[in-house]
Amino acid sequence: MSKKIKSILATDCGSTTTKAILIEWKDDRYRLTFRGEAPTTVEAPFEDVTKGVLNAVMEVEELSGRTILNGDQIITPDNGEKGVDIYVSTSSAGGGLQMMVAGVVKSMSGESAERAALGAGSIVMDVLASNDGRLPHEKITRIRQLRPDMILLSGGTDGGTTTHVMELAEILAAANPRPRLGQNYKLPVIYAGNNKAQDSIQSTLGEISDLDIVDNIRPVLERENLEPSRDKIHDLFMEHVMAQAPGYKKLMSWTDAPIMPTPGAVGSLIEMIAKKEGISVVGVDIGGATTDIFSVFEEKFNRTVSANLGMSYSICNVLAESGLDNVLRWVPFDIDRSELTNRIGNKMIRPTTVPQSLEELVIEQAIAREALRLSFIQHKAFATSLKGVQSERTISDAFEQSSSGQSLVNMMDLDLLVGSGGVLSHAPRRQQSARMLIDAFMPEGITQLAVDSIFMMPQLGVLANIDKKELKDDASQAALEVFDNDCLIRLGTCVTPVGKVKPKSKMAQVSMTFKDGSTKDIEILEGSLEMLEVPYEEVSISIIPSRGVDVGAGKGEPLDSVIYGGVVGLIFDGRNRPITLSTDPSQRIDSLLNWSNAVDEYPKGDLF
Amino acid sequence: MAHSYTPGLKVLQKTLLRKERILPLKGKVLVKKGDNLNPDTVVASTNLPGNVQMLKVNNILNIEPRDVIDCLVIKEGDSVKKGDMIAETAGIFGMFKSSVESPVDGTIESISESTGRVIIREAPIPVEVDAYVSGTVDEVIEKEGIILKSDAAFIQGIFGIAGEKRGELVLVSNSSSDELTSDQITQDMEGKILIGGSFLSLDAYKKAMSCNVAAIVVGGFNYYDLKAVLGYDLGVAITGTEKLPTALIVTEGYGSIPMSDATFDLLKNNHGNEASVNGATQIRAGVIRPEIVIPIHTDSESEDSLSKEPEGIQEGSTVRVIRSPNFGKIGTVSSLPSELNKMESETMVRVAEISIDGKNTLIPRANLEMVELQ
Repeated sequence: MSKKIKSILATDCGSTTTKAILIEWKDDRYRLTFRGEAPTTVEAPFEDVTKGVLNAVMEVEELSGRTILNGDQIITPDNGEKGVDIYVSTSSAGGGLQMMVAGVVKSMSGESAERAALGAGSIVMDVLASNDGRLPHEKITRIRQLRPDMILLSGGTDGGTTTHVMELAEILAAANPRPRLGQNYKLPVIYAGNNKAQDSIQSTLGEISDLDIVDNIRPVLERENLEPSRDKIHDLFMEHVMAQAPGYKKLMSWTDAPIMPTPGAVGSLIEMIAKKEGISVVGVDIGGATTDIFSVFEEKFNRTVSANLGMSYSICNVLAESGLDNVLRWVPFDIDRSELTNRIGNKMIRPTTVPQSLEELVIEQAIAREALRLSFIQHKAFATSLKGVQSERTISDAFEQSSSGQSLVNMMDLDLLVGSGGVLSHAPRRQQSARMLIDAFMPEGITQLAVDSIFMMPQLGVLANIDKKELKDDASQAALEVFDNDCLIRLGTCVTPVGKVKPKSKMAQVSMTFKDGSTKDIEILEGSLEMLEVPYEEVSISIIPSRGVDVGAGKGEPLDSVIYGGVVGLIFDGRNRPITLSTDPSQRIDSLLNWSNAVDEYPKGDLF
Repeated sequence: MAHSYTPGLKVLQKTLLRKERILPLKGKVLVKKGDNLNPDTVVASTNLPGNVQMLKVNNILNIEPRDVIDCLVIKEGDSVKKGDMIAETAGIFGMFKSSVESPVDGTIESISESTGRVIIREAPIPVEVDAYVSGTVDEVIEKEGIILKSDAAFIQGIFGIAGEKRGELVLVSNSSSDELTSDQITQDMEGKILIGGSFLSLDAYKKAMSCNVAAIVVGGFNYYDLKAVLGYDLGVAITGTEKLPTALIVTEGYGSIPMSDATFDLLKNNHGNEASVNGATQIRAGVIRPEIVIPIHTDSESEDSLSKEPEGIQEGSTVRVIRSPNFGKIGTVSSLPSELNKMESETMVRVAEISIDGKNTLIPRANLEMVELQ
């Protein structure tokens, strides 16, 4: 098969490291062939992002033996020996894209605006709303202090009252905000509110800001229209924010597709995978300062950023928000509490250190469980159906007590859970990554687990978004194939029955048939955790849950399915939901040790 | 020779320090190149835009927003005093009038016909920037501020709270491993910068604040005691704006850790000298560490040791372990093996072989900090 694209170079310029990957068409499919990395060079003394990009690409050149650069130019197209066909990049350097959003009602247009901004890959610094309880001068002070990269203003349904959204516009005008980067340009403001107010908005904000008007984000209460705002944020990110960062004009001239904000690219990839496979997906990226969560449930995409939950810079905030007891409940040994807080404090002030002893590793992974758990709580609260929607209710609805604004996240529906970020991707044993994901996210029913080993999702995301007609098909095929074959490390599948049963009694009977025809039956007991080593291959499974227990087909309903093993295998989790740990220290430690040993989580020795 | 880059904190006996003193908004620079500066010299000043008051005139007068314009007795750009009339309704036959008065002194910034609001901006807020350390003006940045230069000893801490302070250095602890206790802090230490050893308890810090001590420099402090000082859990290490009478600069970390001898000796040798300190810390991209600046009055040319390229860890380097186990211990690098080594945690890392108290041990290079000695 002849391909228009034979080779692809993709980079991700992160705040500390620039990562380059080379994808090539080999043996009738796209594969990741080489990767290189180098420190990002946005800050002094270099102040030119392209230097870091060139260094990372040079590493790819050295490893692959292929000439990609001619001086500081990327050679295109690929002539068989030299060069690459296309080059794309994402960026989160210099703090990424920082936005402020405003809406009339915090839980309605405010939330829609926040969803659009987060979906586009930005950090939302604050949500201003007419009903947020702050006085006008407090809002003005806040806008001045924050200095966002851009502002998204929304509010009102089309044709409705304009007063409230105009009040917000006047507050913005009075604050006369300055952009974060560069003194010599006006702050970009996107208006995505009531179309009736567009002229008044133009006269209020047109002079003092660089105003763009797009379709209403919430034209009617029942419908959200995020696409125009998201696209405009991406355009402005390129035109304004990136153009201010050192070296980006040059980088933009090299790429074959617009540079995307890193989380925006990851989100769009996850959205694409969910759509293509028809599955529900949760993706998480836990970093030093922040934790990003992406989800697709009922075909609706959501992203949240927990700005102060992370494993180094923000590690003390995890401790502050979860409380020491919640961290310690995952630690199967006694430790002096004050010494522990000092240790965690020292990780914050010296963020680059690594756990040398097993004890340090266990504590770090306990903190990670809490950081992930808290981030997911925030995500579930945000990923909801639209609030403020009126619906006709029948008698049965009234009994269900359902209302608008319900969380879309349903763990029983979740098909794939993908983790990335140092603590998950670089855990010494993959079983540790699987345990952290299961303990924090508490999947139900049948859920496949995976980690993104080298965090390639940003590059694949921007590749999947190439718009050029002649390249589009090959590029998205490359993104999907590399995602399937090289990006994900399949950990395996977690099977979790959920329902009330007596302690240690049977929750489900499981029968499996493996690829070689052999079979195995197991019982899942309440409170237990079991692992079966099975490589990444199909396993036919029949599950008969006990009365009152659900494994995905309804309470007491049997389920037949095909699941996959992985580098960890199949995990049978009988710990019910939510996972509760005994308040008695010796019982709690016994359970923790049993669960760890069942999945061979840590090396045997004094602690395990 | 094998080589590894691990940045350490600066402990410099003498350096040519250059410091930016910049306004938050453009304004006026009050000094010129070559001027001598005291820490208190005001080098630049400006006015921040005043606060804004929004008056909902239509609500107060109970009229439609579009009718507000007919009731106003002021126009955009007018100055108003507190109590001045802003708007008045015609009433009924000239009676039963309602009116709106200005709640503050200020200027009418804008009048909105669509929302019926009048925006009054209060008087500008003056802001001044002082020199912070004594020295001379090296460069004037037009309308923004200056860069000053100063011959000084310069020490960075690992973490601090509260912003800029100045005062005389007073040695309180006799050795780098002594705790600075509350009974050592006395009323006559008001306005002074105290030098401690390994640890400062919460009680001692509280005592220092009650005595209005300007600042304390010490090896260690308990993380959980910060809450009692700040009133909240410190989640993210971005500090400097705390309104505390006594700044705290921790040089080594949380817990009881002897101050490094290089730092302690340098501070001890400057007992009685004036110093400027800043507890502001930011541990994120663009890291800021707290600092102690001790200006030195000398005519000789200074060595600009601040602009030196940081040297990496080499065999023979003195390093400190910055994570458990062996946290806080100082050792010498015996070798830097190039291959990855498996730690007890099974993490594969690049290591350094360190001699601590005559015993060799492998430590991840990421867990080492260069101790810069002069």
